[in-house]
Amino acid sequence: MKPALRLLSAGLLTTLQDRGRFGYQQLGIPVSGALDPVSLGAANLLVGNPADTAALEIAYQGPSLVVDADSVRIACVGAAAPIEIVGGRARAGRRLAMLESARLTRGEELHIGALTGGAVLYLAAAGGFDVPCVLGSRSTLVRAGIGGLDGRALAVGDRLPLCQARAAEAEEVRLAGLNLAPPPRFRIMLGPQDDYFTPQALAALSQASYTVTPASDRMGMRLDGPRLGHSKGYDIISDGIAPGAIQVPGNGLPIVLLADRQTTGGYPKIATVISADLPALGRLTPGAHVRFEVVSIEAAEAARRAQATELSGLAQRLSPVPRPAEIDESLLQRANLVSGMVDALAGDAP
Amino acid sequence: MTAAEHLPHRPRFLAAGDTALVVEFGDRVDAEMSARVLALARRVEAAGIAGVVETVPTFRSLMVHYDPLTLTNAELRARLAPLLADLSGEVPAGRHWRLPACYDAGLGLDLAEVAARTGLSAADVVKAHSGAPFRVYMVGFLPGFAYLGGLPAALELPRRENPRLKVDAGSIAIAMAMSVIYSIDSPGGWNVLARTPVWLWDLRRDPAALVSAGDTVSFAPISRAEYDELAGKAQAGELRLTPQPQRA
Repeated sequence: MKPALRLLSAGLLTTLQDRGRFGYQQLGIPVSGALDPVSLGAANLLVGNPADTAALEIAYQGPSLVVDADSVRIACVGAAAPIEIVGGRARAGRRLAMLESARLTRGEELHIGALTGGAVLYLAAAGGFDVPCVLGSRSTLVRAGIGGLDGRALAVGDRLPLCQARAAEAEEVRLAGLNLAPPPRFRIMLGPQDDYFTPQALAALSQASYTVTPASDRMGMRLDGPRLGHSKGYDIISDGIAPGAIQVPGNGLPIVLLADRQTTGGYPKIATVISADLPALGRLTPGAHVRFEVVSIEAAEAARRAQATELSGLAQRLSPVPRPAEIDESLLQRANLVSGMVDALAGDAP
Repeated sequence: MTAAEHLPHRPRFLAAGDTALVVEFGDRVDAEMSARVLALARRVEAAGIAGVVETVPTFRSLMVHYDPLTLTNAELRARLAPLLADLSGEVPAGRHWRLPACYDAGLGLDLAEVAARTGLSAADVVKAHSGAPFRVYMVGFLPGFAYLGGLPAALELPRRENPRLKVDAGSIAIAMAMSVIYSIDSPGGWNVLARTPVWLWDLRRDPAALVSAGDTVSFAPISRAEYDELAGKAQAGELRLTPQPQRA
């Protein structure tokens, strides 16, 4: 049998995603890809994969998986969630920390609970998942039934094939200083159809607070708040759609178009969220508040360059995780200090 | 900004965030504008500008998706500006697809209603639609979904008041001045006249999308029995359609 992770439960919407499917939008094929490529890249970094390797995107409620391979190295990055490793040779369960790699052996189970504080969590496996590359990408687009595992979200009983049958025993690593907090204001650039809106609508967009509604999905984030009035109708002749485009249909409520957005559309787009702020937007859960700030193209480009510089420096922020035996030893030495346990887990004792 | 942006009949640039730029030619739907958009798309592709990821031609604009870490918006505009001169509105010779279409009431769900709303007989609706030479202005919305210009004026009418939750793949529908072909099952509000057994989107085929912008399309009426036979072949991957050269 091919090495795999087998699904004991599927979670709410668990799909394989990489950075997306580029070059086919002129055939009507959406780009797709991770809602939060920053977390995807960090999860891959922790297990030694290239940043754009396909990983599991877990939304709202995590799956449970059992290791059907000699061993596998994994890492989770994204929204907080209880992640437990049970079964196999381990006598007692252990917790998997976020932003930390771990090696699991055959029969061990990984239970990921409900996500809090964010919409998505990424689980990367060293070597990646062995699913076909469809039109240059392994990203799942459920609407068209392409990519990922059979073009669909994972289901109970699925075997998700791994590219590597085993992971060498090695020092595990953790990543420090990855900022996943939302910005106070999401930066936008006006256009391409800001001239289709009233002055009041343009003012509301940069002053009001909007709320993410539960009707949001991977295609678009539907916002509730002050309605944005059109000055010359809400039907335009369809044109292209950029990532982060804020489309406003007849009811005046904005929709920010995300990873699975349609390639073209016929509603005016008042503004576009800048690329540096899109990953943070993709993390928002229903009920979250969103405020916008209009910036120039130069500011948008500077923000993106700054983000790229920060992300390219992440590898320098990896540090080894002390082995359990070493932790035990230091705990024994300082068994009377409860706070010492926290220090010991955080690294070298002061 | 270049002077070209403000001259009449010259395309203008519209910002679409820091990863896409719109080159807008106007706000009409016609063959001449579509041809200019496609001519620019070919020029951009031929120019091989580093950082341009892909382009998306639509009825009246070209969206250029790019990597802002490789080139800035200003640099992209500067690279595109010389490509905008003297874009021909002439339609280049391309491929012509003659698609079998069954207008049977069981598949052309709105044929009777369209006849009633246009004041034509059902037979005249079929005659007008299948007799029209269509041109693919845009493939978008869904994988392989084709927007066709060239609908006879007698058939122009708005979308359905109540969109359907599911329109079957292959459905050929009309609204406003256009006809569309649904490539996969999808919600939709267009008036369905017929269905083609040909798969507009088929991952077993390369390219998966049958038609592309610039192609021409006409419909050949077939019976329900012929439809069922061809649909079976299409399902088995044995229905291979060969395009003809476009008529001048």
